[in-house]
Amino acid sequence: MALTETPMQRERATTIYERSKPGRRAAVLPPAEVPEPPLEELIPAKLLRSEPPALPEVAEPEIVRHYNRLSRRNFDLDSGFYPLGSCTMKHNPRLNERVAALPGHARLHPAQDPGRAQGALELMWLLQESLAEICGLPHVSLQPSAGSHGELAGLLLTRAFHADRGETRTKVLAPDTSHGTNPASVTMAGYEIVKVATDERGGVEMDDLRAKVDDEVACLMLTNPNTLGLFDENIAEIAALIHEAGGTLYYDGANLNAVMGKSRPGDMGFDIVHVNLHKSFSQPHGGGGPGAGPIAVSERIEPFLPRPQVVRRESGNGSGPSFDLDLDRPKSIGRLRGFQGNFGVFVRSYAYILSLGADGLAEASETAVLNANYLKARLAEGRAGERVPVAFDRHCMHEFVLSGKPMKKQLGVATLDLAKRLLDFGFHPPTVYFPLLVDEALMVEPTETETKESLDAFADAVEQILAEAESDPEKAKQAPYTTPVRRLDEVKATRKPVVRQPLG
Amino acid sequence: MSRYTSATVADREQMLAAIGVDSVEDLFEQIPEPLRLGRPLALPDGMSEAEVYERLAELAGRNADAEEQVCFLGAGMYDHYVPAIVDAITQRSEFLTPYTPYQPEISQGGLQAMFEFQTAMSELTALPVSNAGLYEGPSSVASAAYLALATGKGRRRFVVSRGVHPHSRETLATYSVGYGAEIEEVGIEGGLTDAGALAEAVDGETAAVFLQSPNFLGAVEDVEALGAAGKEHGALLVVAVDPMTLGVLRPPGEQGADIALGEGQPLGNRLDFGGPSFGFFCGTETLMRKMPGRIAGETDDADGRRGFVLALQTREQHIRREKATHNICTAQALNALAATIHLAWLGRDGFRELGELLLRRGAYARERLAAVPGVELLHEAPIARELALSLDAPVGPVLERCADRGIAAGYPLGREYPEYEDGLLVAITERRTRSQIDDFAEALGAAVAAERQGVAA
Repeated sequence: MALTETPMQRERATTIYERSKPGRRAAVLPPAEVPEPPLEELIPAKLLRSEPPALPEVAEPEIVRHYNRLSRRNFDLDSGFYPLGSCTMKHNPRLNERVAALPGHARLHPAQDPGRAQGALELMWLLQESLAEICGLPHVSLQPSAGSHGELAGLLLTRAFHADRGETRTKVLAPDTSHGTNPASVTMAGYEIVKVATDERGGVEMDDLRAKVDDEVACLMLTNPNTLGLFDENIAEIAALIHEAGGTLYYDGANLNAVMGKSRPGDMGFDIVHVNLHKSFSQPHGGGGPGAGPIAVSERIEPFLPRPQVVRRESGNGSGPSFDLDLDRPKSIGRLRGFQGNFGVFVRSYAYILSLGADGLAEASETAVLNANYLKARLAEGRAGERVPVAFDRHCMHEFVLSGKPMKKQLGVATLDLAKRLLDFGFHPPTVYFPLLVDEALMVEPTETETKESLDAFADAVEQILAEAESDPEKAKQAPYTTPVRRLDEVKATRKPVVRQPLG
Repeated sequence: MSRYTSATVADREQMLAAIGVDSVEDLFEQIPEPLRLGRPLALPDGMSEAEVYERLAELAGRNADAEEQVCFLGAGMYDHYVPAIVDAITQRSEFLTPYTPYQPEISQGGLQAMFEFQTAMSELTALPVSNAGLYEGPSSVASAAYLALATGKGRRRFVVSRGVHPHSRETLATYSVGYGAEIEEVGIEGGLTDAGALAEAVDGETAAVFLQSPNFLGAVEDVEALGAAGKEHGALLVVAVDPMTLGVLRPPGEQGADIALGEGQPLGNRLDFGGPSFGFFCGTETLMRKMPGRIAGETDDADGRRGFVLALQTREQHIRREKATHNICTAQALNALAATIHLAWLGRDGFRELGELLLRRGAYARERLAAVPGVELLHEAPIARELALSLDAPVGPVLERCADRGIAAGYPLGREYPEYEDGLLVAITERRTRSQIDDFAEALGAAVAAERQGVAA
């Protein structure tokens, strides 16, 4: 037990079920107002429930206290620096929450007749147009619910594209630095993943790529800038190679925040792009969603886009255009989910695009890149430069990757230990142990919304932790000390999973 | 500096000097020149906060929402009352703005909320394991199919009732092209899945049988009886449910379901024109290690304190990559939290009472609407909160007439069921009062009568 236990550590975690007492309640329902026959007269007895589910019995004040207490056991973006690589933890404007909550958005039923949902459809159409311009591709479907859903969509589009030409291809290429969702999506879409190596500059190894491109390749999935935060300068050649072999080129848009208004995936030769609205376009992450993963595609992919598609129709009679949901898409891959997508996310992201405008989006990417390079420079100084050197020493885009290998070898302090010690300094650690090809990786993405002061404070904290580790490596290895709980036993949670509260 | 950045000219100079370049543009030189855009995006200039608000409010004002109309639309998403504490708590920065809890020591709030959510959903469905949520309803159905293939020892066939939500069936079909499976649909008789046809459709190649109860036409299925044929052949039984009915209807876990899932929107989530909401996904112990999505688990910290972590992460894409049980990463944590709070607010008694209210108001509405001249019941099977009518008049124009009187009358079944071209699906929530139902009956009667007489709208 740590000697200086914090007040929050002293407080044992209790669940809402442990605060329950028979007879307590919060909800008061409206009166029935209608005849109240026994339920058996409405539903056959064997289809009725005998015992209601054991939901908690708690009054409203205690529910509020319970969840407020829980909230204080979370670290969040509004409380401090959150340089989680590939996650783009930028500021979440509260304006977006306000406009998403307007009843015309929040209480609009998804099956409302399109004629009475013109504002919503126009908003979706405007967002489609905006994303098309940002991605440099002419057509957009907003339907996918998150990046991984967009990936699956893209692979199914690829499959439909090839099938339409009478081809069945079996392989999808992706670099060894790719996000884990890429290979997982490939398997779900019924393809076989083939890994492509990374060269000494951090880009795709061209010889390896050439060796693996053949007429069985359906698609190449790429993130550019990649997960090392580096722009692949060979992208035009890569695109030409894939296209000559008859494949499609898929852009994982997780890193789009580096290039908004600066460079466009469509101009690089990509056919399909997914955009994480919960990254580059400021939708709050919510502790693990909601997000949205719209896809932008080239002309040749357009016929296969999911149904329904939001379309604008000219009236032809002098009145303004109208908007509709187009279901009549014979070559479409079909639906990927219910209704039209995560509309509430579209509202927030469209508000963000309106707020920033063309210049603001470009400036956001410029500042993201500036902040990343500045923090990289700061971390190249002093102990950090020696113990956790940058993995590829060149200018980065919006993020960069350090290797904790020397630190581990010299001090016995692993990347995980450094990450945990950062928690005591009030920082969210970078993404750790990813990408896989960098030993003891730390992937740092500061985003544009951080001040120079925050970046300096983070660099100073890393320096201080490394100094401390030189004299007392155990300090980091046992960290954290000040968080609501200390290092948790993840092995136990997997070996003997307790995944719900035992009741009764 | 723009809206949400703060690098001053002086900051910028110091930062560039530290990097060792003259301008920010130098940093973009790693992008080959022909690939640099070299012009501003063709988008409008940025706007002030007030202007953005006005623009978005103007767009919102052109939607007929459930504040403006009396909403009898359902079809999977329902106009329930969301208690104020849901907004208050989910809008707290501590829940709104963190990422997925990869660092559990500073994510105990979110992780414990997931654990409480899993407990609630496990209670509702009477199945022992719940994940922390998926995207939404229909794609959860497709995710169950993927699981069934993984456990099905080479079986690649799905048997699906036409009572399953059309969007779920379409989504399943979309995904099945990818993972290579075939689908056989089983029809509906008298509002309920045709038991004989289902028994015939199932064979030794069937990986899973998919049912929904209440089904899309609102009818409460006898899941146990229907599921028997699949059980005999060793297929998984997957049941989609409306979570709001589980205070009164027999839960899928007591009827032999291996997986119970569904659209979570009725629990604490607003309509939002279809999302974001969440999907829930519960299963038996044997399926736990094959389940999709995050799962929170209880454990201890280094000092023996109780804590929560993401359990069974070796199922997931960030660890297992191409061998993962699913590709899902970001899902719907905040929406699942909303459900958790709503369920705590309703509580054990409130949840059951709400279910009873839905059943009784549903029965009242059914009787009232079926008594309208030119309106008949599409089926007479028992219902929970949604009812299917058949109109002796074209549905589209009737809906228009009702809308003109401020009523969203329901969902036209002909959209997805050509066999019910004259069908209308009407949904009840606790917000639909008796007088609203009475007014609706009157408006529906007038609309049907006018259409039958060919009166111009």
